[in-house]
Amino acid sequence: MSFVVELDQVQRVFEGPPAVEALQATDLYIKKNEYIAIVGPSGSGKSTLLHLLGLLDSPSSGTYYLNGIDTSALSERERAGMRATAIGFVFQSFHLLSHRTNVENVMLAEVYKPGSSKNRKQRAVDALEQVGLGHRLNAYPTTLSGGERQRVAVARALVGKPSLLLADEPTGNLDTRTGEQILSLFDDLHEAGLTLAVITHDDEVSQRAQRQIHIRDGVVTSLETSG
Amino acid sequence: MLEDDDFQRSEDVVEIEIAQPATPVATSALTFRDLFSEMSIALTSRPGRTLLTAMGTILGVAALVATLGLAKTAGNQIVSRFDELEATQVKVEPQQQRGFGEQQQTSVIPWDSEDRLTRLNGVRSAGIFSSVNVSDSVRSVPVDDPLDESEFQIPVQAVSPGFFDAARSSLATGRFFDEGHSERNDSVVVLGPEAAERLQITRVDNTPAIFIGDKPFTVIGILADTAREPSILNALLIPNGVARQTYELQAPAEVLIDVEVGAAELIGTQAATALSPGEPDKLRVAVPTSPKRLKEDVASDVNALFLVLGGISLLVGAIGIANVTLVSVLERTGEIGLRRALGATRRHVAAQFLGESVALGILAGILGASLGVITIVVVSATRQWSPVLETWLPFAAPAVGALTGLLAGTYPAWKAASIEPIAALRSSS
Ligand SMILES: Nc1ncnc2c1ncn2[C@@H]1O[C@H](COP(=O)(O)OP(=O)(O)O)[C@@H](O)[C@H]1O
Ligand SMILES: [Mg+2]
Repeated sequence: MSFVVELDQVQRVFEGPPAVEALQATDLYIKKNEYIAIVGPSGSGKSTLLHLLGLLDSPSSGTYYLNGIDTSALSERERAGMRATAIGFVFQSFHLLSHRTNVENVMLAEVYKPGSSKNRKQRAVDALEQVGLGHRLNAYPTTLSGGERQRVAVARALVGKPSLLLADEPTGNLDTRTGEQILSLFDDLHEAGLTLAVITHDDEVSQRAQRQIHIRDGVVTSLETSG
Repeated sequence: MLEDDDFQRSEDVVEIEIAQPATPVATSALTFRDLFSEMSIALTSRPGRTLLTAMGTILGVAALVATLGLAKTAGNQIVSRFDELEATQVKVEPQQQRGFGEQQQTSVIPWDSEDRLTRLNGVRSAGIFSSVNVSDSVRSVPVDDPLDESEFQIPVQAVSPGFFDAARSSLATGRFFDEGHSERNDSVVVLGPEAAERLQITRVDNTPAIFIGDKPFTVIGILADTAREPSILNALLIPNGVARQTYELQAPAEVLIDVEVGAAELIGTQAATALSPGEPDKLRVAVPTSPKRLKEDVASDVNALFLVLGGISLLVGAIGIANVTLVSVLERTGEIGLRRALGATRRHVAAQFLGESVALGILAGILGASLGVITIVVVSATRQWSPVLETWLPFAAPAVGALTGLLAGTYPAWKAASIEPIAALRSSS
């Protein structure tokens, strides 16, 4: 069994005062091509967990293996390298650069990825076509609807062919209909073989995943919904 | 490639830990080409803002280039004017005697000064001149009519024939008097142009006469202009002979010498002895400031002042860039967080912001140098100067701009690099 993510007693404490144990010692496994939802109320530690998974933050204790690699032994340069190659992020507030076209925004994902200069633009165009925005390649994000903007962001997360896609409240800023478009896009990506972890406090969203990870006050309880 | 070192662990520790599995982990990388294109997108996406940010530095560099160039241009002008006239002029007069009210001192300047001086090597011409004490008014008509309004008080100067050459005077009409006129005590006069105008004498071919008091003088010439001793433009110039005979002129008052270029210093040391071998100390010799020294004085004075001014403008420009870059770091917090999430290290972020401000500085340097050169050309044109510019100046300007950008960008770049990606991504944008 190959795991994309293995958390071995991973804990995150924010040094106070007062010290906050945002994530209590947690074991968590995510298999290749799994689609999980991380569910919990506000302040429960969802983002903390996602930042750890995305190598934007390091555990206070415990070990995180990403693609079988002990990430605690990596240098900052190597961690950044793994963010560039193995992880794709989708944020609630899109984080698109307003002075760049959609293609340029998607191309930005590979600027820090070693050896990616060749055909970068073509890959960005392909990614935008994959999310159904092939007709808005050279438009600016400011001219797009919220749902379209999030699809550009998904294209940016996909373009580097990551082994794990992390989404933090991807539908949080969208209405139900456009949110649904993003979720069906995730379904398609999952079907195509991608591993996804989606943070949400919305049950409708979490039901789309194969498995729900519940988190409350930093304590994770995993529920298997084998289908 | 720009690469980031491990911030947490030292190299030594890494070498001891060999336990890591052999799986190679690709480190993140930013090629110069990508860095350059990221910088140029950032700078060109808002050209108006970029230009405004650079404005302080543009003006600073422009001020620096313009002032350095104008200092050199102006310095050259001053020097060349001095070269023309002042540097070839030597004047001799008696030492002022600090006696007991004894006004009339016996001058040691001899009447044959002209001959004595023109024998010296390096003297082109020499002449003596003295104010003549004349209380009578001057008329162009013989009758002394108290109601006549064509009476003037016009200064009278006694000069030797060589004076005209030494003062570089030119004639409008007629001739100068010569040694013969002086020896024969002829009553002849040469008019300065202003004096001639007041006396309404415009030609000399009809041998007009003027009257100093009752004494008639024949006008033999009218001056057009003089390069030295401009007071003679409004004077009557008479030979020494008639001045001594009629007005009891005791001794020459001053000697004016026109020397070869570069001979002033030498003639200055020889003139007193030539004129008064017995008592050279009683003469005061005025030589021009050495042109080289003058040039340096002017240039260094002007340069020091302008360099300070230009430096201040540059500092203001640097603060401008630093300020706007710092603001843009705060504005772009979300972008910084995004870049870190996409694989940028702290060093990549720092390199981008530093690169942007350096590029901005270079741009400002180029624009500022152009503006400065235009200023020099325009100012020179209005003053009819020939613009002089150090050739290195326009090339040094972009380097100065780059340095300004580097200094200005260092703190904002450090600030940008120290932003935590988690916090940056939480701040919505
Ligand atoms: N940088 C931080 N410093 C201190 N406490 C933090 C920090 N980030 C998060 N926390 C705390 O950790 C807990 C979990 O936060 P978070 O993971 O953002 O929750 P969620 O995303 O589920 O709303 C909260 O109590 C929050 O205040
Ligand atoms: Mg959160």
